Amino acid sequence: MSTSELAPALAREEAADPFTIAGETFTSRLLLGTGGVPSLETLEAAVRASGTQLVTVALRRVEASSSASMLEVLDRCGVRLLPNTAGCRTAREAVLTARLAREAFGTSWVKLEVIGDEHTLLPDAVELLDAAEQLVADGSTVLAYTTDDPILGRRLADAGCAAVMPLGSPIGSGLGIRNPHNIALLREGVDVPVVLDAGIGTASDAALAMELGCDAVLLASAVTRARDPERMALAMRQAVEGGRLAKLAGRIPRRWHAEASTSFEGLPEL
Amino acid sequence: MQITVNGEDTALAEDATVADLVAARSGGHDRVAVALNGDVVPRSSWPDTRLSPGDTLEVLAPTAGG
Repeated sequence: MSTSELAPALAREEAADPFTIAGETFTSRLLLGTGGVPSLETLEAAVRASGTQLVTVALRRVEASSSASMLEVLDRCGVRLLPNTAGCRTAREAVLTARLAREAFGTSWVKLEVIGDEHTLLPDAVELLDAAEQLVADGSTVLAYTTDDPILGRRLADAGCAAVMPLGSPIGSGLGIRNPHNIALLREGVDVPVVLDAGIGTASDAALAMELGCDAVLLASAVTRARDPERMALAMRQAVEGGRLAKLAGRIPRRWHAEASTSFEGLPEL
Repeated sequence: MQITVNGEDTALAEDATVADLVAARSGGHDRVAVALNGDVVPRSSWPDTRLSPGDTLEVLAPTAGG
């Protein structure tokens, strides 16, 4: 097979490399959040450029909510909606919000988010696990936003979460993946999909998440608050695909010293 | 009667139901969810759920979010 035939073949392999959450198959490994989006036109352009099939949304008091046309845009794009429990501080609030989201959106899927404070927006491990157990018992498909703690990740998977979604760094910080070792350890420790969620700043962060073995990446601000959201959405799509291919291809080991790629055999004495 | 809707004191007719209130407050949203005194009221129960003085109601709709 010539090189020119190989590239399309690999592209097809990538296209046929779906992942599954709770029995639902997705060919795109990029999940997009809508938070921070400047306009509906930008949202539609970014969603289409990203190729995403799963998009997060939130619930707020009706007076403070977006216009109904946001959902029309998302429906038109053909994406599945993933309601979140953003802003909840206790298991009780998160469970109630998830049940309300089930009513509003007609889906049992929820991105479970229980934060400890508004300054760091870091997950509250105790409340999170409690909420996850209640919602799983309630029949919800729980995608749990969590810290990068491999043990907590395992506890969430053991509790029946459909996916575990560790942060790379705090929400909206754009600081990337602060502890790649933990992300790789968490990935090794659970059988459910792992989605890197939060902290992505630019395309290389998304590629790294995939190289570390994550099944997918969820990001919002990195696209919606970029200078050109549509272009950044495309960058993220390609970074996720590139990182996934690199993971499958198997990277070379890191070495302390150089290893020549050009043979020394037959080196002329000049 | 007086109840609290989304944090605001609100005057309603004595026989008002959740469905009446949603119709008045949903502002064009069709995917709305309602919590009454901390419990979900399923859409199918809205017409039959009468409100009582002092009730606390949250009427929620979709918005953008991560």
